[in-house]
Amino acid sequence: MAAAAPVANHAELRALIGQHKRWDAIFAVCGLLALMVGVLTFAALFVDMALDGFGRLSWDFFTSYPSRRPGQAGILSAWVGSTLVMVVTAFFAVPLGVAAGVYLEEYASKNWVTDVIEINITNLAGVPSIVYGLLALGLFVYQFGFGQSILSAGLTLALLILPVVIVATREAIRSIPQSIREGSYALGATQWQTVRYHILPYSSAGILTGVIIGMARAIGETAPIITIGALTFIAFLPPSPITSQPPFVSFEWLMSPFTVMPIQMFNWTSRPEAAFHANAAAAGFVLVIMTLAMNGLAIWLRYRLRRNIKW
Amino acid sequence: MSAVPGHSTLMDTTLQGERLAKRRARIVRERVIELVLFLAALVSVFTTVGIVYILVKESVVFFTEVPILKFLTDTQWTPLFDDAHFGIVVLLSGTLTSSAVALLIAIPLGTVIAIYLSEFARFRVREVAKPFLELLGGVPTIVYGYFALLFVTPLLQRIYPELPGFNLLSAGIVMGIMIIPYVSSISEDAMRAVPMSLREGSYAMGATRFQTAVKVVVPAAFSGIASAYILGISRAVGETMILAVAAGMQPNLTFNPLEPAATITAYIVQVALGDLPHGSIGYQTIFAAGLTLMLFTLACNIAGHMLRKTFREAY
Repeated sequence: MAAAAPVANHAELRALIGQHKRWDAIFAVCGLLALMVGVLTFAALFVDMALDGFGRLSWDFFTSYPSRRPGQAGILSAWVGSTLVMVVTAFFAVPLGVAAGVYLEEYASKNWVTDVIEINITNLAGVPSIVYGLLALGLFVYQFGFGQSILSAGLTLALLILPVVIVATREAIRSIPQSIREGSYALGATQWQTVRYHILPYSSAGILTGVIIGMARAIGETAPIITIGALTFIAFLPPSPITSQPPFVSFEWLMSPFTVMPIQMFNWTSRPEAAFHANAAAAGFVLVIMTLAMNGLAIWLRYRLRRNIKW
Repeated sequence: MSAVPGHSTLMDTTLQGERLAKRRARIVRERVIELVLFLAALVSVFTTVGIVYILVKESVVFFTEVPILKFLTDTQWTPLFDDAHFGIVVLLSGTLTSSAVALLIAIPLGTVIAIYLSEFARFRVREVAKPFLELLGGVPTIVYGYFALLFVTPLLQRIYPELPGFNLLSAGIVMGIMIIPYVSSISEDAMRAVPMSLREGSYAMGATRFQTAVKVVVPAAFSGIASAYILGISRAVGETMILAVAAGMQPNLTFNPLEPAATITAYIVQVALGDLPHGSIGYQTIFAAGLTLMLFTLACNIAGHMLRKTFREAY
């Protein structure tokens, strides 16, 4: 009798262990299934759009203006507008973001001003993008009188991606070992010389990664640009930045009305006719390819960075 | 040598003076550069101040015409009609319903993915899955909107034929899938920050992987997981294009996800698409709506901060 009890316990224990191990396996399957939901959604989205839009993708699609006839409509004004807005965005967001990141990592002393700036950046990253649109509508469009222009849109998106650039800059700078700075100071360099000749070059790849991710986000943003009142039907291009008369450069395009890729897509999506939906699919396909390429480039850069740099 | 003693000291002083001037110039330059960098860092503070200023300024005008009590209790939202009603509850119901659907998808799936990637998956799987999830989060929301309207809704209509073409359900589902990467990546970071010794202790006591994950790692990482959820909530509440495209823009006081309804964000888009004169009451409603949205996300952030403080575990 005394010997039987442990045996029974033993069997029970085995059953118990088996049961718990089964939970392990069940959960592993659940995890894979959850991942599959993401993969399948993405695949469905991509394939659906490719199938619907493929018939519209041709050279003409990129070189035609939007039109009332879906078969002749194209995305010329949209992609030109997107490109110009991105130029303005990068022009403001990159220097400001990098400078702010450098300040917070290399210069800022630990005091309440720094705390306020840091908390503020964290909070800004969580502000819905449409709220930036309202800011721009009140401030850039009416208060500053920039109107519904490329300049307003570029500034809005620059503010929107500023936290992304700042955070990426800070992370890249933080990974540089202290000994590099000490070496530079030991040779008599000033703080700015240290930043200019050591910190910035060594963190440039990391900063670039952040900038690309930020730009990929900006190029797909629709809501803030609709809010400032970008037009949805633009059948002309902004004035050329290069002119035939001296001084050969013109900044008139900054004040021009415009449309961008996501707004063009929104416009086509919200029409009832299926023919316009094909245009929307084609524009969406181009947009997805663009953001995927940019994000992919950033991921690849980061991967190479992690592998190659050994301090 | 002694013939020109004064000469050499004179040279010394000019040299010293030059050096001093150089050093002073350098110090000034360093200070100026620091100031410029500081101003760049302040831009983010000005952004916040600007947002609050613009929203409050326009809303104050709005609230002098529409009493706050009416704004909060009216059950109709018809700001552009002759018989104008301004009941924000109508828009809020759309926002809350679609967010609830999205979070019902994003939080369970995101958490399971995070636990799986942090505790179960092999190195290779993680190396492939993480960038992929990042790509999923990088797809423009207008593209998700197209997908919700023209793929998910027809799919759902096959299961439930009475579903209207615009509805909160398909928008919410797609929004949930869009939010998964935000929830999963932050939760996973939090779980991976849990020290190995805790897991080893748990394994040494005979716990399985699943037991260790659920009873040791998740509680230890809870403050980080909570912030992931909070971020997910503020994403869902602030999401615009998916709802503007797929949920319709008709104000509708409902908590039924099978119906079409406008959200706060979709209303702002709708007004911005029209041609409202600057300074009209319709123009001001979008700032009042934006202020509501902003206060809502602010409340989320404060709640998240408190959650983190309560559940923070230090090792």
